[in-house]
Order: sequence, then structure tokens, then C-alpha cells
Amino acid sequence: MTEAVRFHFSVDGDDFSSAGQASVQVKKSLRQLGISPETIRRVSVAMYEGEINMVIHAGGGYADVLVFEDHIEIQLVDQGPGIADIELAMQEGFSTAPDNIRSLGFGAGMGLPNMKRYTDSMEIESKLGEGTKITMRVNL
Amino acid sequence: MTVSEIAERLSLSPLTLPCGEREIGGAYIGDLLSWVMGRAQSGDAWITIMSNVNIVAVASLTDVACIILAEGVTLEDHVREAAEQKEVNILCSDRTAYELAKSLAGLIQ
Repeated sequence: MTEAVRFHFSVDGDDFSSAGQASVQVKKSLRQLGISPETIRRVSVAMYEGEINMVIHAGGGYADVLVFEDHIEIQLVDQGPGIADIELAMQEGFSTAPDNIRSLGFGAGMGLPNMKRYTDSMEIESKLGEGTKITMRVNL
Repeated sequence: MTVSEIAERLSLSPLTLPCGEREIGGAYIGDLLSWVMGRAQSGDAWITIMSNVNIVAVASLTDVACIILAEGVTLEDHVREAAEQKEVNILCSDRTAYELAKSLAGLIQ
């Protein structure tokens, strides 16, 4: 399958105020490609949750969005501490975010569940002390 | 009913109004951003007391029609600028989220 378009973003680990810039840029770019508003909403929310996770937990990372003919793939890669128990992390309401993050309205334990909710498939590869790679797919 | 019309009917103060012609189709109330991203619908009026810069990204990505800041919450200048840039409508009011939702429900069919 031919890869139509690829967007690459690095996610700054310390900057909460700029978190979301990559997602908003993806939203704009997908709109220019003529992707439907509902699909754009799903892709950009899933990606934003991933960006926020990388800022909160992993000191940043990078994100790639690949647009194929029949689906969009989002890859999120960080070199953070890794996820100790993925099954637990996937439960709504479970969070390890610190209080200062919660006071911003994040850390409700909905990030990973939302990423799964808004995508057609999601795969998490994580190694403690090495990092995490999340691959999400949204069908067109 | 559009965001501009709702603002006028409910006497909401517009802090940013780059897309006043957007239709409001419903409402969502919440301050936990991921909760909002999981539940708010495109075209909703999002009523919240959260006012940090991340609300702009959340509103833009979830495609809500506007943010309504309740209970007299205001915005810092840099948040207002971010909202203008990302074309996010933000209105504010001294009323509670409950009072705002009650009034909205009477206007939205």
C-alpha cells in the first residue's frame, strides 16, 4: 500500500502550554486533504491524548501521522519510564499523574481509554526503563 | 441557534468570537479535559470553570461550537490570543454551570 502523506512532530517534554500544537496542526493538514470532520476529530483527539501523556510521563517524544488510502496511522514514540501494567493503565480512572497535572484538568485516567475509544485499533509496546511505542489506526 | 445569538439571548460576554455563526447543537459540562474529549460532541457548547491554555486545544480538537466560562471565570491574555489564533469562541458569564445549562436548554431544540 502506498503511503500518501506523512507528518512528523517532536513533542516537547516540559511544555504544557504548547502541548496540542502537533494535534492542531494535524487537524489542519487533514482538513486540507479533504478528510471527513468526524475522522479528523477522532485522529486529533487520540493524538492529543498521546501528546499529553508524553509530556506528563515521558519527558516528550515524537509523533508520526501516516495517511494511507484507506486508513490513518498514528505512531507515538517516547523514551520515558515505560508502562508497568498496561492492562491497569487502560482502565478508565486509573492514573499516575501528579497533583500539579490534575489541577490543570488532566490526569483523570481517561487518556489511554480515549485513545482506544477514538481509534479502530491500538497497540502498545512498552519496556520499563526504555520507553513506549503506541500505534493507532483509524479507518477511512 | 448560533453562538452569537446564544451570547445575546443569555447575555454572555464574548471574550473571543472568531466564528460567531457556528450552530450550537447541545451542551456538555465538565472540567476534566480528557473527560470532555471523551464525551463532548461536535457542535456542543462546553460549559466549564477551567481556564488554562489547554482548554483552547481541547475545544479545537473536539470541535465544540464554543466554550462558556461559568461563575465569573476570566481568561489570561495569552489564552485569549491562543483562542483567537485557533478560532475558538469563548464566552463568559457570572452564572453557574447549572443556570447556564438550564437557560441553554430552553433555546436549543
